Amino acid sequence: MIQRVPRGAIPYLLLLPGIGWLVLFYLYPALQLFLVSLWTGNITQGYQQTWNFGIYAEGFNEYWPWIVRSAAYGGLATLLAFLLGYPLAYTIAFKGGRYKNVLLFLVIAPFFTSFLLRTISWKIILADNGLVLGPLKQLGIIPQDFQFLATPVAVIAGITYNLLPFMTLPLYVALEKVDFRLLEAARDLYAGPWRPGGAIVGAIGGGILAFLAALVVEINPLLPVAVAAVVGALIGRYLISESFVRITFPLSLPGVFAGSLLTFIPAVGDFVNADLLGNVRTQMIGNVIEARFLKITDYPMASALSFILMAAIIIGVLIYARILGTEELTGGRA
Amino acid sequence: MTAGATAQPAPGVATRPPSGLAHRIDRLLLPLYTLGVVSYLALPVLVMILFSFNDPTGRANLNFRHFSIDAWLDPFGRPGLEEAVFNSLWVAFGATVISTILGTLIALALVRYGFRGRGATNMLIFLPMSTPEVVLGASLLTMFVSTTNLPFIPQGVLFPLNIRTILIAHVMFCISYVVVTVKARLQNFPRHLEEAAMDLGANEWTTFWKVTFPLILPGVVAAALLAFSLSIDDYVITSLTSGQTDTFPIYIYGASLRGIPVQVNVIGTIIFASAVLLVVISTLWQRRQSFRDFSSTRQVE
Repeated sequence: MIQRVPRGAIPYLLLLPGIGWLVLFYLYPALQLFLVSLWTGNITQGYQQTWNFGIYAEGFNEYWPWIVRSAAYGGLATLLAFLLGYPLAYTIAFKGGRYKNVLLFLVIAPFFTSFLLRTISWKIILADNGLVLGPLKQLGIIPQDFQFLATPVAVIAGITYNLLPFMTLPLYVALEKVDFRLLEAARDLYAGPWRPGGAIVGAIGGGILAFLAALVVEINPLLPVAVAAVVGALIGRYLISESFVRITFPLSLPGVFAGSLLTFIPAVGDFVNADLLGNVRTQMIGNVIEARFLKITDYPMASALSFILMAAIIIGVLIYARILGTEELTGGRA
Repeated sequence: MTAGATAQPAPGVATRPPSGLAHRIDRLLLPLYTLGVVSYLALPVLVMILFSFNDPTGRANLNFRHFSIDAWLDPFGRPGLEEAVFNSLWVAFGATVISTILGTLIALALVRYGFRGRGATNMLIFLPMSTPEVVLGASLLTMFVSTTNLPFIPQGVLFPLNIRTILIAHVMFCISYVVVTVKARLQNFPRHLEEAAMDLGANEWTTFWKVTFPLILPGVVAAALLAFSLSIDDYVITSLTSGQTDTFPIYIYGASLRGIPVQVNVIGTIIFASAVLLVVISTLWQRRQSFRDFSSTRQVE
């Protein structure tokens, strides 16, 4: 039966149902989202299409703290996931040996549980008098009124936890492809530890991270920055080798690109972690959108904010792809 | 392809000469670190399983009191829970079947044929993955509420919001992941086997079912597993497109405000265990499959 179809039409026939679905239920709704954002009215009296573009300015004015907070939390969570995930992916790819698949499985397996249940588990573990803080409080190590939940740190930590595999797996895929012969060649050519450079990079990296963390927790950054810089310098000095800086890391950049996108995009739009682990002061733009749609039924503003979020992310991703020059994610190379 | 590189023990990246402290840090630190991260990843799951054996005093399952298997004996012993779980399974099953078929067809077209509009197609596959879930759900919601009577669509399919609108949404966000997964498997596809089949007189239809399909089946199975796990775990998009219908994640979220019943942990544990089992089985099966491929090519040689 297939032979009767002209050959040139086959790809289009294969594409038709799936692409049709995406056009109907992705593209068309995106357009509808834009149209609804330009409605005026309310749910009881009905809406009119008034082309009220002013709502976008209004949305920015009213909700810029939420937008900035989402970008900051998402960015920090992505950075943390990268710092946690890179050594993990590196160890599995280079030192995993015959345990490689077992280790990969251990990284993925927790994510067969509902992410809601995992997040609620964290709530149990980190509760004010829970499994971790309870004993510490009884021993007098931390003050009685110490709280981890309902802080920005808890929200960022929750997002980081939930997205860690999305960072780790692309990094692993990229690192696994690194040719060992290049590293042997580097050793033959006297590549050694990258001492001064490693110490400097480690110190700066640790310092920046501690500074950002201190900003989020709202404490005096001086001491944490100093400690983190020293620790970073030591780690950098001993662990970073010249062949890593010149060969392994550059070759893993496609994984860094894919991993950071796969982490950052869901992180920015997340509202579940902010809802379950945070408080009113840690809400993100996703919380606003969700509440505006489902609780307040202010469809125009909710749509405008969604549209801003979508447009910002897609433009950001395209610029990022242009800068890093990799088209792997969009499938350009296929 | 990389078998030669991976089979031999990694020479290690210890490019510096093995000198004292640095070497020891290198040998010990990374494995210890990996152990730490893996435990960190596993901890919440272990807590979930542990608390499924709890006998909580009040409604909230927050402190471990006594060991009990009551909840395990009556996993649906909460009003609405059974319905929510079966809604989830129904949607996940439907979304898996539909999105796997549609996505595999797209992947075949993208890898096997040259055609105009390939760039646009790739873009359209990529966009849903780079749109935050809350936006995907929101735009579907705006479409559903404002298209109460479109000419071509029968009444009640798109509105009111119910299990059907959830299914539509889940198929939509699963398609892209299926395409990417199947495409990865098609990338190194041995085209010569198909050509051989055609040379031996098979038509395209027979070639597809006898040669192409068995070869891409592992990729299709992997894609289906991924789609199923994405669908059954989805909360964000579902919450915006479900109306009054409960799925398991919606039920959990609603319950989290009042305190999670132990039964939720039991069902969470069952889902976790089945997923692990499924993946182990499919991995073993794929390994056997590739071993068979390998030994058959050896015989040909």
